[in-house]
Amino acid sequence: MQPLLEVKNLCVEFAMRSQVLRALRDVSFTIGKGERLGLVGESGAGKTLTGFSILNLISKPGYISGGSILFEGRDLAELTIEQIRDIRGNRISMIFQDPMMTLNPVLTIRTQMVETIKAHQKISDKEAEKIALDKLQRVYIPSPEKRLDQYPHELSGGMRQRIVIAISLLTNPGLIIADEPTTALDVTIQAEIMDLLLELCRDEDMGLLLITHDLAVVSEVTQKIAVMYAGRIVEMGPTRDVVDHPEHPYTRGLIAALPQSCDQGQRLLQIPGIMPSLANLPSGCSFHPRCELCQDICKREVPVLETKASGRHVACFMVK
Amino acid sequence: MVAFIIRRVLQGMMVMVVIALIGFAIKQSFGDPVREITGISVSAEEREALREELGLNDPFMVQFGRFLYNAAHGDLGQSFFYKKPAMEVILSKAPATLELVFCSAILIVLLSVPLGIYCAIRPKQLFAKFVMGASTVGVSIPVFLTAIMLIYIFSIELHWLPSFGRGETVNIGGWQTGLLTWDGIKHLIMPTVALSSIMLPLFIRLIRSEMMEVLQNEYIKYAWAKGLPPLRVWIVHAFRNTLLPVITVGGVQLGITIAFTILTETVFSWQGMGSMFIQAVERADSSLMVAYLVVVGFIFVVVNTVVDIIYGLVNPTVRITGRK
Ligand SMILES: Nc1ncnc2c1ncn2[C@@H]1O[C@H](COP(=O)(O)OP(=O)(O)OP(=O)(O)O)[C@@H](O)[C@H]1O
Ligand code: SF4
Ligand SMILES: [Mg+2]
Repeated sequence: MQPLLEVKNLCVEFAMRSQVLRALRDVSFTIGKGERLGLVGESGAGKTLTGFSILNLISKPGYISGGSILFEGRDLAELTIEQIRDIRGNRISMIFQDPMMTLNPVLTIRTQMVETIKAHQKISDKEAEKIALDKLQRVYIPSPEKRLDQYPHELSGGMRQRIVIAISLLTNPGLIIADEPTTALDVTIQAEIMDLLLELCRDEDMGLLLITHDLAVVSEVTQKIAVMYAGRIVEMGPTRDVVDHPEHPYTRGLIAALPQSCDQGQRLLQIPGIMPSLANLPSGCSFHPRCELCQDICKREVPVLETKASGRHVACFMVK
Repeated sequence: MVAFIIRRVLQGMMVMVVIALIGFAIKQSFGDPVREITGISVSAEEREALREELGLNDPFMVQFGRFLYNAAHGDLGQSFFYKKPAMEVILSKAPATLELVFCSAILIVLLSVPLGIYCAIRPKQLFAKFVMGASTVGVSIPVFLTAIMLIYIFSIELHWLPSFGRGETVNIGGWQTGLLTWDGIKHLIMPTVALSSIMLPLFIRLIRSEMMEVLQNEYIKYAWAKGLPPLRVWIVHAFRNTLLPVITVGGVQLGITIAFTILTETVFSWQGMGSMFIQAVERADSSLMVAYLVVVGFIFVVVNTVVDIIYGLVNPTVRITGRK
């Protein structure tokens, strides 16, 4: 069966004045109907960029330079701006990091909800408002009628993110892309919001691309995980397996760095060094300056993401 | 909101008192009210008696109090040249100036909003670059030069537009308007363009830069991600937020436009408050000068107060705090 979303060899570049930065290289993954994929990696790995390129939302010097993004039988990379507009917020919804920044400060919640429905359906204001109320109830917002007339600054952070989630549900999308949906929130409500998102995806059979650097959240919410490093996916597989038995040296480092994986007062492990900037990526495997297993071949050639003996997808010469 | 409005109105009144104080100080140092009443052929003793009778020997603050009291009742003294109350003279000249400023404001808004928005969303287009270049040049050409060039081209060379006066006016309830006759409108065109020539480029640049900043916001990206049509993103999401800073700065600039009417009216022999003020200065008609300052100050304060209140209506954050 055709998956809901199939990203194949996606490449994104930034045309800078002096050079072309290759920000995403051969990124490939699939999300089935109702499937949840977690995208993890250090800051600057290209997670947000991957999410944005699916809806062709990359900002100016950036552009998709290769690959395809098949969604419900169409290649999103090939669509005109008019055609992709009908996918945005309709078949694929996005949830951004900080709900204070994503909701427009001078428009009421009603305006911001109704306009989303009306952008995609021929429908009266009254009917649109009914759908909005229904979705506000769906995300457990108390007295939803009152919320419609309020402005974003009159609501708490958790409430705002619930509203953003309600907006993403308005058109019953097939896929939600959530870019660090809880990072900007109070620690006490992060779990609430994550549970809500998980419940909704299950009930509505929606696909989820969850971008985060919180491995604990990923292992609770997703079935599949993709680990990114310097614009490439370096390891991908079922979440449980990858978290329990990471194979790529980078993934192993990430998991070892988690507080709960060092038992009995062991020192917190950290991967030495920092991720290279796009402007001067190392030759061969981008991870080699930080890798303990590095061999000569790693400095010369680029390892591709391939299926290893375990059935796992790993981009590393040293994993058999 | 009510509390907010009351606060703004009180502040406006404070400013008016300060303006009145400045006006009064000028009047004290330039004008000789006795001469205004009697002329010069009166003996020194008679003048001194008159001074005493008029209270001109009273302390400064007492006199200022009297001035304020009279001003609040619409009495700004007697014009020495016109032999009429200064207020009456100004009111007869005000419609000409106000119509000129009004038409300029309309022209500025009608042009600067679409041009500013366009230059912000398509900054790399040739037309946008042309507009920005032209506005840089426009700001630096003095108003009187623009006015003289307009007169040369459209009056002297092409004979399309009249170069001075208001043309045919119609009296509506004491207001002499030039907006209702074709001749009046033809006379309005060049003064309006000349008066707008300074503020228009400023407004285009202001709207463009504010709009470009707003467009960087996360909520704009989110608006695109919701699949909204481009016009809705630009106008409802971006321009609504651009409006806030533009209203604040714009209100002040609109007040400053009144100062530029002095130049414009003089070049086009426009019989308004501005040219009247120049004449009053030439004739050392101090009551009229002070009356002009007070009236213009009053208009300025009213415009700013109204602008602040509109700002409060557009910006929900202010509205909420005002409600509490
Ligand atoms: N407009 C741009 N111009 C140039 N480079 C950019 C631009 N936007 C992003 N990049 C680069 O692309 C790379 C990927 O950025 P991205 O935002 O996808 O990282 P991320 O994995 O989401 O990181 P974070 O965890 O910090 O959100 C970074 O190296 C960033 O510097
Ligand atoms: S390819 Fe070589 S350098 Fe890269 S992760 Fe594997 S072992 Fe390390
Ligand atoms: Mg990011």
